[in-house]
Amino acid sequence: MAGYLARRFSLMILTLFGISVIIFVLLRLVPGNIADILFDSAGMINPAEKKQIEHELGLDRPIAVQYAQWIGGLMEGDLGYSYKSERPAIEEIAPRIPITAKLAALALVFSVLLGVPLGVISAVRQNSALDYVLRVISLSGLSMPAFWLGLLILMAFVSAFGTIPIYTDPPQNLWDELLLLSVPAAAVGFRSSALIMRLTRSAMLEVLRQDYIRTARSKGASERTVNYHHALRNAILPLVTVIGIEAAFLIGGLIVTETVFNIPGVARFLVEAIRWRDYPIVQNLVMFIALIVVVANFIVDLLYAVLDPRIRYAR
Amino acid sequence: MHSIDAESGLAKAGARLDGAWTQLRFFATRHPLGAVGAFIMAVFVLAAIFANWIAAYDPLTTNASISLARPSAQHLLGADFMGRDIFSRIVHGARISLAVGIGSTTLGCVLGVVLGLASGYIGGWVDLLSQRLVDILQALPLLVLALVMAASLGPSLPNTIIAIAIPLIPYAARVVRSNTLALREQPFVEAAKAVGMSEMRIALRHVLPNTLAPLIVLATAQLGSAILTEASLSFLGLGIPEPYPSWGRMLSESAAEYVRTAPWLVVFPGIAISLVVFGTNLLGDALRDLLDPRLRG
Repeated sequence: MAGYLARRFSLMILTLFGISVIIFVLLRLVPGNIADILFDSAGMINPAEKKQIEHELGLDRPIAVQYAQWIGGLMEGDLGYSYKSERPAIEEIAPRIPITAKLAALALVFSVLLGVPLGVISAVRQNSALDYVLRVISLSGLSMPAFWLGLLILMAFVSAFGTIPIYTDPPQNLWDELLLLSVPAAAVGFRSSALIMRLTRSAMLEVLRQDYIRTARSKGASERTVNYHHALRNAILPLVTVIGIEAAFLIGGLIVTETVFNIPGVARFLVEAIRWRDYPIVQNLVMFIALIVVVANFIVDLLYAVLDPRIRYAR
Repeated sequence: MHSIDAESGLAKAGARLDGAWTQLRFFATRHPLGAVGAFIMAVFVLAAIFANWIAAYDPLTTNASISLARPSAQHLLGADFMGRDIFSRIVHGARISLAVGIGSTTLGCVLGVVLGLASGYIGGWVDLLSQRLVDILQALPLLVLALVMAASLGPSLPNTIIAIAIPLIPYAARVVRSNTLALREQPFVEAAKAVGMSEMRIALRHVLPNTLAPLIVLATAQLGSAILTEASLSFLGLGIPEPYPSWGRMLSESAAEYVRTAPWLVVFPGIAISLVVFGTNLLGDALRDLLDPRLRG
């Protein structure tokens, strides 16, 4: 077990290193840097001044040197400075994280509460009319772009209340904030719940076929006990894997949903930083996202070994 | 292997598999949802091919006098701020959406097949290296990697296709690799080796065709996410540039304003995206049931 952990851990570090190189190089392939953008928007072209800015930002140094500086800084907790605001990148990123974290947590809760029960029902009543309806609904949930679902929800709010629940000033207390975030969270979570529902259904169907389910039935256990006590407990296991997939899946939804609902979170900030060619922000944010995904998958692997003794013994 | 399974299944069910039409009808009765998906896809493909005949207006011509016109007999789905006919833009948008979807899925799958085949068949350090590359590409959400790729390549149609294709590589590579590893030990590969076939030829003529079924299933599923990703990229202003009629672009950030004033600008492009992705998903599920019986649920 310890050897397995060590191996998984070193692979995780290797992956993060690879991502840092790829992202860094990709961002520097861009024709035009922040100096170009600043000059374009200001409408003045003075090559000497532009060189000066590039020098100040370190953009004129070799790419390997720039990379070493970035990674060296990361190790010491220094993320560099935002090109646009000229404030430390950490001060720009850190305050935005809690907002997105709350939104993601709400979306996750929503998707599990909706997805798991519907998936169980769909599996238990396999091939019934209800199953077909639920499957079509979940499939359409997966087919809708998250930002469009957000726009539709906004539209429903306009016609029902005449206003839009847009995030303007930071809400006074946590409860108000969660209430405000619950609407975009539903937009993100609905898509994830569709994914969870489909996976719950197939995991349940797999389990319901097993011999021990027949045994449980033949000893006279009620349908309810069989479904929830025997089947779901075992179907939960593959569902844990979904948490890893979910982390990646949710982030895509968060990016567009924060944009639609004008939420000042870290996901929307990534898009803004990409537009501004604000490399220090973009590369650190992408590393942060990669870290979340990689760690989530690592935890899933651990949980798997803890939850399923068969996997532990096999290794 | 899978195609044999599917066909014997069909034969057992009493199907007479002579002629494409009979096969098609059989598929439709056995997988009604899949048939619906195929029908939806067919409609969009036809719309894309015959866009010039179907759309009454040029999708790029602006006309200030009908700015934000409501849906009417002349303009079925209304007009946008620049006075461009929404229906014509949606019909022409099918070209963009399908071009990006099919283009990036094909490119991603071809690159993934090369990587997966090399990884599984050659093994050794090639496998080790490509596995790490797959790990790296998979550690970033599809949209995030596509965003960075699109930003670094710049907004254009071919660049958008590349930006979406790269994140799709690992999925195809994984499927092909695991299939290749299993196939490599099969007697027919050994037989091919025994008669002196070159490794390259074995990989392309014997191993690859046998991984086609799961690959087709995967590609159909990815077509949907490629189309969705294009819509998201264009929505964020980093995909297809103006003035091309991309559905995602039509819903770009200004759409939040039109939610109050001109909802038809928001509703119809979104329906188009959802419908075409829904079609690929339905078709993908049916193909999976048909071609990959192990995954049947």
